[in-house]
Amino acid sequence: MFVEKLKIAALATAAVVLMSGTALAQKKYDTGATDTEIKIGNIMPYSGPASAYGVIGKTEQAYFNKINAEGGINGRKINFISYDDAYSPPKAVEQTRKLVESDEVLLMFNPLGTPSNSAIQRYLNSKKIPQLFVATGASKWNDPKDFPWTMGWQPSYQSEAHIYAKYLLKEKPDAKIGVLYQNDDFGKDYLKGLKDGLGAKASMITAEESYETSEPSIDGHIVKLKAAGVDVFVSITTPKFAAQAIKKLAEMDWHPLHIVSNVSASVGGVIKPAGFENSQGILSAAYAKDGADSQWDNDPGMQKFYAFLKEYYPEGNRLDGSVVYGYGAAQTMVQVLKQAGDDLTRANVMKQAASLKNFTPDTLLPGIKINTSPTDYAPIKQLQMMRFKGEKWELFGDIINDELGN
Amino acid sequence: MSAAVEEVVTEAPAVEAVPKRAMTLGTGTSLVVLALLILAPLVVKNFVIFQLTMLLVYGLAVLALNILTGGSGQFSLGQSAFYAVGAYTSAVLMEQYNVNYALTLPISGILCFAVGFLFGQPALRLSGVYLALATFALATAMPQLLKLNFLEPWTGGVQGLVVTKPDAPFGLPMSQDMWLYYFTLAITIAIYVGAVNLLRSRSGRAFMAIRDNEIAASAMGIDVALYKTLAFGVSAGITGIAGSLGAIVVQFVAPDSYTIGLAIQLFLGMVVGGVGWLPGSIVGAAFIIFVPNMAENISKGLSGAVFGVLLFLVIFVVPHGARQVAIFCQQTVAKFRKR
Repeated sequence: MFVEKLKIAALATAAVVLMSGTALAQKKYDTGATDTEIKIGNIMPYSGPASAYGVIGKTEQAYFNKINAEGGINGRKINFISYDDAYSPPKAVEQTRKLVESDEVLLMFNPLGTPSNSAIQRYLNSKKIPQLFVATGASKWNDPKDFPWTMGWQPSYQSEAHIYAKYLLKEKPDAKIGVLYQNDDFGKDYLKGLKDGLGAKASMITAEESYETSEPSIDGHIVKLKAAGVDVFVSITTPKFAAQAIKKLAEMDWHPLHIVSNVSASVGGVIKPAGFENSQGILSAAYAKDGADSQWDNDPGMQKFYAFLKEYYPEGNRLDGSVVYGYGAAQTMVQVLKQAGDDLTRANVMKQAASLKNFTPDTLLPGIKINTSPTDYAPIKQLQMMRFKGEKWELFGDIINDELGN
Repeated sequence: MSAAVEEVVTEAPAVEAVPKRAMTLGTGTSLVVLALLILAPLVVKNFVIFQLTMLLVYGLAVLALNILTGGSGQFSLGQSAFYAVGAYTSAVLMEQYNVNYALTLPISGILCFAVGFLFGQPALRLSGVYLALATFALATAMPQLLKLNFLEPWTGGVQGLVVTKPDAPFGLPMSQDMWLYYFTLAITIAIYVGAVNLLRSRSGRAFMAIRDNEIAASAMGIDVALYKTLAFGVSAGITGIAGSLGAIVVQFVAPDSYTIGLAIQLFLGMVVGGVGWLPGSIVGAAFIIFVPNMAENISKGLSGAVFGVLLFLVIFVVPHGARQVAIFCQQTVAKFRKR
């Protein structure tokens, strides 16, 4: 009995000596990271009303497969665990807790949806688990003081709206603006951004109409806006409704200055179905390249993207903006993990995420760079205005930094 | 001719009659289930405790629907609306007015009872599918009502409200999750016992008489209008309490959490558990929580389709839900004993 105990003690001592000799030199791990693996958790609406976005999760999985096939990050394979939350906050909490407490992931990456992220934000922050690059454009994710473990990725809706406001103030200071917006967090955040951007001249907005996603058609709202005599039409709409609006305007032979929000600027998803001839002259802003746009065919970044699609995600549709999105977000995640090196603690991952310097994923517009700091949790803050001409978007003007918010 | 048609219509009741004795479990089985529910959290992870708590919460909501449909024979696709009212009542009281979480439950219950009772007044004139449609309208309207601008200072509008999770009281050495589980369990048991007694009481018998034959019920002197609205009120009140508990457990309320999808889930839970069989509510709740996860494990892209197939199988093999399985087990055991 005593001999047995001695043996165990000897073994244990030997193990400690061994570990301090090699492993303890540099490597530091939190739950979810080992010498061979990094576990990343994610929730996506693979089913339910927002299931079209599920493509983002699939693209990210494919991108991590590519990284693993190429040897992983500093020798560690990424284990990407993605669950369905059906765009329902209670389900999001359940799945996130499963990821954290049962699958024991190192961090949460790119969970999608403002309601779902709001529901898990406090839980993740209280457990000090990074909630990185959330897939929503709400402006509240850039709040390092109150939520040091939560970070956004794309430009916020408010930033984008500020840019349109700036453009209108300069180009059309006597405009009468009519706004059509979706009655949810996206639409309201955007409208607020537009009003803040116009500042003292917010009275330029002379008509507002809101619609619900459950409405089959938004024609009635557009007729009302025309009757109100506006000459600028700002369409804060999701793809299906943006296309309906473009068609309806053409049908009524009404040609105000038409601005479409970035979420619905997809050539493949909105403009083409609405008709190229109906879409001439529409304005929008972008931060990523459009896979449907032939001007990027010879762009080195996009060529890498197309090669990735061909080899690792052949069923992915390059015209789908969500695929471009998932690729860019996953690339940012990989960059953070590369920077973290062998110190894979949650604190260090967060520190690295907050110290990205001029990082450019392959799919961002030329000149747009990702920068973060401990006081700046908004990775992408720049956008460029664009006008639809022929069969593609033409970028114009400078890359605009949003100085108002963030 | 028209009289004959009417007869045919009234002869086939919308809900199959369940004798009141068959609505509950025997004492022995009840005690075993109770013991399992009490002991379960001691051996599992916090996350599973959270799932079990949600199971009880949805179980309560299904139970409420079961009283309405299984008890009084009225359909409702609007339970999500009452659930939302309950959830928001608790969230707003806790976050904006610092009311203790436990106190918000009876407030939610009473408020939802009132809402359900009032909604029951116009709904009285409707029955069967028409009533289902009217309640459907309530469910689709609710998320929009919660987004209204003038309610925003209280409800947080489209962004929803984050709710603070309560700690265990009196310095009890247990995690927040475990405390919430036992808290929810205690309330669930109290409501379950209350519901069983309600259905065995004079009012319960009146509900069932209305379910089985409205005309005969009124001929026996039952105030049909009163009891129908009362059933609506009780059902809404319990659903409201479930909603409150759900908000506290999930720590978040937002209009889009309470869509028609939730109402359909609850309806599904009731059918799978067995219409009119109260213990089936928990089985039905387990189905709506765990089966989607199972479907996702089988195929991520086709989780919806897999769920559909599983649901179809259940309805096809055991059309009366868990009740049928329970009766089958009971008979097998009885046969075994005889030998």
